[in-house]
Amino acid sequence: MDRILKSFAARLAAAGLAGPGDALFLGQDDAVACNEPGHPDRDVAEAALRALQASALVCVRPAEPYRTILDFLLTRHPEIITPGDCETRLFLHDLPVARDFSAEAMTGALRRRKGVILPGPRLAAPGSVGPEQAFVTVSSMCFAAFVLFFEEYLDDLRHGRTTPEQREAFARAVSHLPGARADRPALARGPFQDAAQARRAMLEAGRATVAFGLVDSYFGNISCKLGGVVHISQTGSSLDELAGCIDACPLDGSSCAGLTASSELAAHAGIYAADPTAACILHGHPRFAVILSLDCDLPDCPNRGRCHLDCPRPRRAGGAPVVPGEVGTGPRGLCHTLPPALASERAAIVLGHGLFATGRTDFNEAFAHLADTENACREEYFRRVRDLGG
Amino acid sequence: MHGWTGSILIADLTTRTQGVLHPSEETFRLFPGGRSLAGHLLRPRVGLPWNHPDMPVIFMTGSLTGTAAPCSGRCHVASRSPLTGAPGDASTGGNLGPALKAAGWDGLMLTGASDALLGLEITSDGVRFVEAGALRGADTEAVFTALPGWDSVACVGPAAENGVLSASIVVDRLHAAERCGLGLCLATKGCKFLAVSGERPMSVADPGGLAAANHDILRLFNASPALRGPLGFHRFGTAALCDLTAARSMMPTDNFRHTRFEQAGGCNAPALAARLLPASAPCPSCPVGCVQRTGDGRLLPGFDALSHFTALIRNPDPVLAVEAVNLCARLGLDPVSAAVSLASFAEITGRALGPERLLGLLEDTALGRGDGRLLGRGARRLAEELGKPDAAMTIKGLEIPACDPRGAYGLALAYAVSTRGACHQRALPLAHELLRKPVATDRFSFLGKARIIKLAEDQMAAADSLPACAPAFLAAGLEEYARAFTAVTGLSVAAGDLALAGERCVYQERLMLAELGFTAQDDDLPERFFREPGDQGEDFEVPPLDREEFLAARARYYRVRGLDDNGLPRRDTAEALGLAWTAS
Repeated sequence: MDRILKSFAARLAAAGLAGPGDALFLGQDDAVACNEPGHPDRDVAEAALRALQASALVCVRPAEPYRTILDFLLTRHPEIITPGDCETRLFLHDLPVARDFSAEAMTGALRRRKGVILPGPRLAAPGSVGPEQAFVTVSSMCFAAFVLFFEEYLDDLRHGRTTPEQREAFARAVSHLPGARADRPALARGPFQDAAQARRAMLEAGRATVAFGLVDSYFGNISCKLGGVVHISQTGSSLDELAGCIDACPLDGSSCAGLTASSELAAHAGIYAADPTAACILHGHPRFAVILSLDCDLPDCPNRGRCHLDCPRPRRAGGAPVVPGEVGTGPRGLCHTLPPALASERAAIVLGHGLFATGRTDFNEAFAHLADTENACREEYFRRVRDLGG
Repeated sequence: MHGWTGSILIADLTTRTQGVLHPSEETFRLFPGGRSLAGHLLRPRVGLPWNHPDMPVIFMTGSLTGTAAPCSGRCHVASRSPLTGAPGDASTGGNLGPALKAAGWDGLMLTGASDALLGLEITSDGVRFVEAGALRGADTEAVFTALPGWDSVACVGPAAENGVLSASIVVDRLHAAERCGLGLCLATKGCKFLAVSGERPMSVADPGGLAAANHDILRLFNASPALRGPLGFHRFGTAALCDLTAARSMMPTDNFRHTRFEQAGGCNAPALAARLLPASAPCPSCPVGCVQRTGDGRLLPGFDALSHFTALIRNPDPVLAVEAVNLCARLGLDPVSAAVSLASFAEITGRALGPERLLGLLEDTALGRGDGRLLGRGARRLAEELGKPDAAMTIKGLEIPACDPRGAYGLALAYAVSTRGACHQRALPLAHELLRKPVATDRFSFLGKARIIKLAEDQMAAADSLPACAPAFLAAGLEEYARAFTAVTGLSVAAGDLALAGERCVYQERLMLAELGFTAQDDDLPERFFREPGDQGEDFEVPPLDREEFLAARARYYRVRGLDDNGLPRRDTAEALGLAWTAS
């Protein structure tokens, strides 16, 4: 148990979400284990873990820029934070805030919700099936807060609502952003001759996508079409650890063995059908592509609040089309909206969600579109900020 | 009250009289419905023999039944199982739960026993006892045909009338309370059918809040590969899982002597779909529709039935499995218990089950003819009587469904400690060990599994008490369902409160088990799983379970559950959960 707890703390650090020693992971089967026995938050967190009877609990003091971002958001939204990104909308619903850092406050919030923001700022989340579940929640909370903070700043600039505190927080957060990367990895060259070669290329591309920070932590999905079979990452798998986590899904539907495939399998299959030249697909959650997809300057739009479902306005960000669509296969699922957009484009952004890019022979082209689009979105974001006087 | 009617109809078949029970609001708070409330009503009488006239058969809905909450169209049935001797319960879909609720009843408790065969017609006026002698021996299809116009009909077939210990209750043709032999409990009371109709609208405290909660739940369903993905239950039914257990080398084959079935690919759900063009037959309020039927109305087998009527008995013909499952439905047999009993019989006798023999033995079982008399006693008794008790693949006497525990250690533990016997839905370990939800766990490890199984048992007991169908929890959780519950009832409830109700429900079942003499010895798996390996997978081994590791995990489970070292309840835990220490 100790080894597993430490590995998830290391993952938070690797993702830039927490500094060394700032992520406290507790786990219990019939006895409590902890990755940082001397951590000052341990007593509170352990009391909450015991009260919740959960399998695991994480309590993390996030690293910059998340610390600055959360500090500011807590001043503006002291009760509850409601980001508009897809992950929050789907899994977290919103981000509840507790008034004080105590076992009672933590327990009270986490008896109702998947995660909570506490003074410090701290993020806490339990897991009923182990520490990974807690890790996923706090990681998604960080991503959601990041997107909301930058999205709100641009919108507030546009409407002349920024405050000195907000501008100061923005400058500090920006100062902690890693620079955009212009280099590109040399990934395996296609076309791939067999499934083993394709899968090795997927592992390599997945690792590169995480290393370049083009995902929220390690979430995303990736696929490669070979003959009549789509090889696709499994649902909930780590893009940087895909060994043993790729499903082979025959496009003729002759097997359900891909039941564990990514929740975007239908979208991937639809993209391959819409663009017969596509041989591989890479999907990440690059931050500025997501932020820019949510930025809208239409006042009084009748679809406000429903943009992710109904935005009828043709829009582009970073050179890529922006389409609405929810995760999965519902009537407004991105499996319906994304394939038409990628029939004649190599990259498209799903509003509030992330970016899908395709390659015709291997992942070099898909990766380049993913990274180039994100860099273009980042440039465009800061250009808009500058144009608005921010 | 919103959500509940506050009234449970009591029908005494001895005196052909009726009464109404009005549980207190405190009772509904502690035991919110379905499995938990049925268990609460069963407990004072659970020490009686299963066929004692005072042993009730209880049908129970919950606060969400009849509302638009996704997957809430369920009804829980409970009594003492004639098959296992333990408290037995089973959940059924179809319209039975919503119809009972619309008739104004949270539940129905049958007591007494009639010498004559009766049917019970249930409306908002109560129950009418009608002669059903003309339907004696009739198969369920004949009963449904004879009772048109009712909102829901539940009945037993010839299997129950002929004393098959695992007989089921069939509901609205395509659904059933299959497990634990509750059909025999009903037949022993002299009851052939329940016919239910009602028009009372459901009272919901906060319709807007319910719509919002439902919206969030449906969004999670749409994002779930298992429920609504292109390979998921919505398209292929739960039989979609067969390819997964085959790929993971955990498909029970040859009565669990193997874990891979070479012909599995030709017997899978897509193969059936290509031949029989299925359509979904969803329960009320279900957006998943995991129950599938053919264009001519035949039931298509779900996961356990398809796997067991192919791999377990080495049948390579999926259409024969469809015939077997439909025969089970007409005769009122539990397909899992029937298939495992047949597989045990085939192993012990060394005689293979060809198509004619398979269907013939099923019919013999239901009609109590020839070898069928032995098969109708279930795999455990059958194997004991034939002198090969090790060939019985049962836990607490209940036949094991279609996942081999050597391929998933949380499943192994869940099977062993499940209060009703072998069941993979009591703790839904397939969610994380196979389907990677909410996250994947290492299926070949017991690490952390004691608490994971305990928490999941609590969650699923809460789900059975709302009620909400088990597959819904492959996508949504108690957080989302607590919002639906709050909106329906007007009572502010958190996920943790529902989990506590689930914990109380499971502990109540543990108390009943202890009162009936069940101990740690019964929380165990057949020796085969500790002695023989499974078949090698594509790039992994399936070793036998390590008995010491299993026992250590079970001991941890007992500690986490608040039981003593022998798996027996502790007074302090019971009282902390608000449960009476003694049944009286």
